[in-house]
Amino acid sequence: MSPVSRKKPSRRKVHVELRVNGEAQEVAFPPHKTLLEVLREELGLTGTKHGCELGECGTCTVLIDGEPILSCLALALECEGREVTTVEGLAGPDGPHPLQTAFADLNAAQCGYCTPGFLCAAKALLDRRKKPTRGEIREALSGNLCRCTGYLKIFEAVERASAILRGEEVGPIDGNGRP
Amino acid sequence: MAGKRAFQQIGRSPRKVDGLAKCAGATKFADDLVLPRMLIARLHRSSLAHGRIVSIDVSAAEKVPGVKAILLGRDLPTPFGILPVSEDEHALALDRVRFVGDPVAAVAAIDEDAACEAANAIRVEYEPLPAVYGPEEALAMPEPRIHDYGEEGNIHKKVALEFGDLEAGFQEAEETFEDTFFFGGNTHLPMEQHAALAAVELDGRVTIWSSTQTPHYLHRAAAKVLGLPASRIRVIACPNGGGFGGKSDPFNHEIVVAKLALATGRPVKITLTREEVFYCHRGRHPVLMRVRTGVRKDGSITAMHFKSLLDGGAYGSYGVASTYYTGALQTVTYRVPRYKFDGVRCFTNKPPCGPKRGHGTPQPRFALEVQLDKIAERLHLDPAEMRLATLQPGNSLTANFLRIGSMGLGECIRRVVEGSGWKEKFRKLPRGRGVGIACSSYICGAGLPIYWNAMPQTGVLLKIDRGGGVCVFCGETEIGQGSDTVLAQCIAEILGLDLLDIRVVAGDTDLTPVDLGSYSSRVTLMMGNAAIQAAGRAKDLLANAVSEKTGIPVSRLLFAGGRVFDGEDPSKGVSFPEAAVLAEAKCGTIATTGSYTPPPSAGRYRGAGVGPSPAYSYSAAVVEVEASEETGIVVPRKVWIAHDIGQAIHRTMAIGQVEGSVYMALGEALMEDMAYRGSRFGVHKFPSMLEYKSPTTMEMPDVETYLVEDPDPAGPFGAKEVGQGPLLPVIPAVANAIHDALRVRIDEVPITPAKVLKALSAKDRRFGPTSFPDIPMPPVTRVATPAEGGTGRALEHETAAGGVRGGSRP
Repeated sequence: MSPVSRKKPSRRKVHVELRVNGEAQEVAFPPHKTLLEVLREELGLTGTKHGCELGECGTCTVLIDGEPILSCLALALECEGREVTTVEGLAGPDGPHPLQTAFADLNAAQCGYCTPGFLCAAKALLDRRKKPTRGEIREALSGNLCRCTGYLKIFEAVERASAILRGEEVGPIDGNGRP
Repeated sequence: MAGKRAFQQIGRSPRKVDGLAKCAGATKFADDLVLPRMLIARLHRSSLAHGRIVSIDVSAAEKVPGVKAILLGRDLPTPFGILPVSEDEHALALDRVRFVGDPVAAVAAIDEDAACEAANAIRVEYEPLPAVYGPEEALAMPEPRIHDYGEEGNIHKKVALEFGDLEAGFQEAEETFEDTFFFGGNTHLPMEQHAALAAVELDGRVTIWSSTQTPHYLHRAAAKVLGLPASRIRVIACPNGGGFGGKSDPFNHEIVVAKLALATGRPVKITLTREEVFYCHRGRHPVLMRVRTGVRKDGSITAMHFKSLLDGGAYGSYGVASTYYTGALQTVTYRVPRYKFDGVRCFTNKPPCGPKRGHGTPQPRFALEVQLDKIAERLHLDPAEMRLATLQPGNSLTANFLRIGSMGLGECIRRVVEGSGWKEKFRKLPRGRGVGIACSSYICGAGLPIYWNAMPQTGVLLKIDRGGGVCVFCGETEIGQGSDTVLAQCIAEILGLDLLDIRVVAGDTDLTPVDLGSYSSRVTLMMGNAAIQAAGRAKDLLANAVSEKTGIPVSRLLFAGGRVFDGEDPSKGVSFPEAAVLAEAKCGTIATTGSYTPPPSAGRYRGAGVGPSPAYSYSAAVVEVEASEETGIVVPRKVWIAHDIGQAIHRTMAIGQVEGSVYMALGEALMEDMAYRGSRFGVHKFPSMLEYKSPTTMEMPDVETYLVEDPDPAGPFGAKEVGQGPLLPVIPAVANAIHDALRVRIDEVPITPAKVLKALSAKDRRFGPTSFPDIPMPPVTRVATPAEGGTGRALEHETAAGGVRGGSRP
C-alpha cells in the first residue's frame, strides 16, 4: 500500500520501530492508527481482538512493558521503544504459558474471542502477585467483559495457572469440571 | 439407549479440540481474515425511524479517493428474511426506511478511512412518516403501515389457540389469579462484532466467510438475493465470537459484501462497529403479558389463559416463531390440563427483535414462575413443594400435544432445595435478604426446520485415512458452545479414538453436509445422533475387515484405546490404523454418512409446528439476594442451579453453559435494557458496552451447578440440551427472592433499583404493568386435549391452508 497522497499531512505514513513479543519490528503506518490496528493490520497479529474500539470491553488488552493497556485507545506511535506483548507472545519455546493450558483445560475460553485480552490482563496480575486472592483476580479482570462464561471458570483458571507457576501440583479436572 | 454404561469419552472433560488455539490467538474469526487486494465496505444507515426515500446523492461519496463501488437498494431488489412467511427485508432499503440504522447504501473502498468518509458523504433526502415505538402505539396507529403484509394495521401476527374446555377448567378452580407482567427487551451483546468477507473467483463463483450461526440459511438467502445458483456460492461459517442467537438471521451486510465483490472483482470485507451491532439486534422481544390461572387449594393448575403482546421492531426476523414460543412451553413443566394462548406481535420503528438464548420463552417463564410464587404465598404453600406436587409426568403428552420424554425436574428441585438450604432460609432470612425458586424447560431442537422440507435436519460425513486419522464433516457451527468437541467426542466414543486423531471440518456449505445451524439448542441432540450413525457405519466396515483377517467374531470386537480387539482376549487384535488399512483393502475408500430427522410431532393443528422437540431439558434454580431498602440495589449473592441434561457429553463444557446462562440471566434480570428515545427518532439510548450495563467480574456471584442425568432415549447417549435452558429459571428466581427479602413484587424486567424503590413506596408494594390492551383476535383454533380424547387435530376453524403441511410454517 503506497502512502496516501491526499492533502492531509496527518495521513502520511510514519516509520516506527516497535518491539513486539521480544522482536524488533519496523513498521510504517498513518500516525493516527491505534496499536490495535497496527498489530492486526500491519503486523498480522490477529490474536488481539476488538469488541468496541472505544475502550469499553477490554477485549483488545495487550501488555506494554508488562502493564495491561487497551490497544484500541493507544496510538501505535506512543509505543515506540516500549515492549509490547500480545497473546501470540505468551507461549514460549517450551510450550504454552500455564495460563493458556489452564484456560484450555477448564473451558475458560468458550467462544475464545475475549480470551486473548483476559490472558494478557491475567498475566500482568500473576507477574506481580504470586498467589492472588479471588477478590484480587476479580478486580484485576474487571475491565474485561466476557459474555460466554460468567467469569467463574476464568477465575478458576487463573488460580490454577498461579498454582502451576508456584510449582504446585495441580490435579486433573474433577467430575464437576473443577480443578 | 444409553443406560448407565461406562463411556470412554462421553461424560468426561477432555481438552476441547479448539481449546489451545483459542488461548493462543490462533483461531481465525471472520474479521481476522485478510485477502490480497481486499477492499473494505461500510454501510450508510438511516438516521430516521420511518420515512420514504426521496433521493440519494452519492456524488460526493464517489469523489472520495479510493472508492471502488457504491451500491443502492435497486442493485439488490429481491427481498429476503429468515422465515419464508416474513421475507420482508432488503439488503439496502428500496424506498422506505423503517428504523434508525436501516441500511440504505454501501461503499467499498481501498481502506477503512476512505470507506467511512464515502459512506458519511452520501446524502439521503427523506419524507418522514409517523413512527411508532411500542406495541400499544402500533395498535393505536394502524396507518401508515410499516409493512404491507401481516395482519391488519401494524400487527404482524396474531395467534389464538385453545386446548380443552377452558371455562370448565376455570370452574373447577378454587382460586383464580390474574397478573400482568412486562419483560423488557435486551440484546445478545456478543463480544465479536459481526464481520463478513466475500471473494469472487475468476469463473464467477462466490465465497462468503461470515460470523454466522446459520450458514445454510445464509446460503439460501444469498443465492436468492444475488440471483446465482446456490451451487456457485460457498458459505463458510467462521467460529463465532459469541452468538446467543444474534447471528442467526441472514444479514444485510453479508449479502452486500458478496455483491460488492461481484461488482469490483476484489475481495470485500465488512466489520460492523459496536454501535451497528446494537442496531442489528434481533434480540429479546419486549413482551407484555397477562396470565389468568385457576388453581385448587393444593396449588394444582386447572386452567391457564396466557396472553402476550410482542414488540417486534421493524422486521419479521424470527418473530412469527417467537410469538408462538411465548405460548408454547407453559405446559411442559407443571400439569396444565386446559390451556389457552393469545399472542400478538406488532411492528414498531425500532431494530428488529428475534431469537436470543431461550427464544421467546424467558418472558412467559418469568411471568408464570412469578405468578406461581404469588399463588404459593396466597395458598400458604411452600413454593418448592407446590411445584414438586404438580409436575408434568415424564413420557407423557401435554395439553398442547408436546411429547415429553425423560423429565428430571423433580430431581432438579430436590437438588437445589437441599443444596441451598432452602428450608432454613425461605421466609426466615433477615429483612433485606431473601431466596427465590423457579423452574423451567427448554426444547432440544425444533421439531421442524425453518422452511418446510422432508430432508434431515443435520448430516455428518466421516472419512478414514490410511494412517488412522478420521476427518469428520458437518455443517454445524462452533459459536463457543463446543459443538466441534461434541462432534469429535461422539466419533471418538464409537471408534475408540483420542480426540487428537479426529479432525473436525464444520460450517462450510461446499465441504460439509447441511446442518441447519446453531440455534434452538439443536446441535448436540441432532448432530450427535447423526455422528453416532456415521461412526457406527464406519465401525461396521472396520469390524468386518478385522474379523475376516483375525477370525475374531464381529460381535466380540471392541474399539477402544486406538485398537480393535477381542473383548474376551484383549491381547488379540489390531491397531486402529491397521484396521483402517484392512477395511480400505476390502471395501475401497472408507467414508460413511449419518443424518438425523426429528420424529413427527403429535400436534396436527395449525400452529403445532412451534414447541415440539425430540426431548425437553429441565432446570430449577434457587437465587439468594441481598436487597437494600434504602437504595433499591439488588445484589445476587449465590445461585444454586440444577439442570436435567439427560447425559453430559462433556462435563466441563456443560457446566460452562450453565454458568454462562446464569450470568446472562442475571444481566437480563437486573440491568440489561434495550432502551430507545422516542423523542429522537427512536435512537438507542446507549449503543455502547459501557452504558448498556452487563455484569462484570465484580457482579458475578458464585454458582453451584448440579447436573441431573436422566438419559432421554431421543438423545445421543441420552443427552439433552444445556445451552439455553439454564437461563430461564434464574430471572423469575431473582424476582421471587426480592419478594422474600423485601416483600415487594417487581413484575417487570429488568429489576432496576428505581423500580424496587417505587414498589417499596407503593400501596400494593408492587411495581409492574397494570393493564393489557383489548385486541380483537381471530377465531380461536380449538384442539381437544389428549385427556379429552383429542387426536391432535383442530376441532373447528381449520382452514384449507392449515394442517401440518405448508411451506409457510415456522
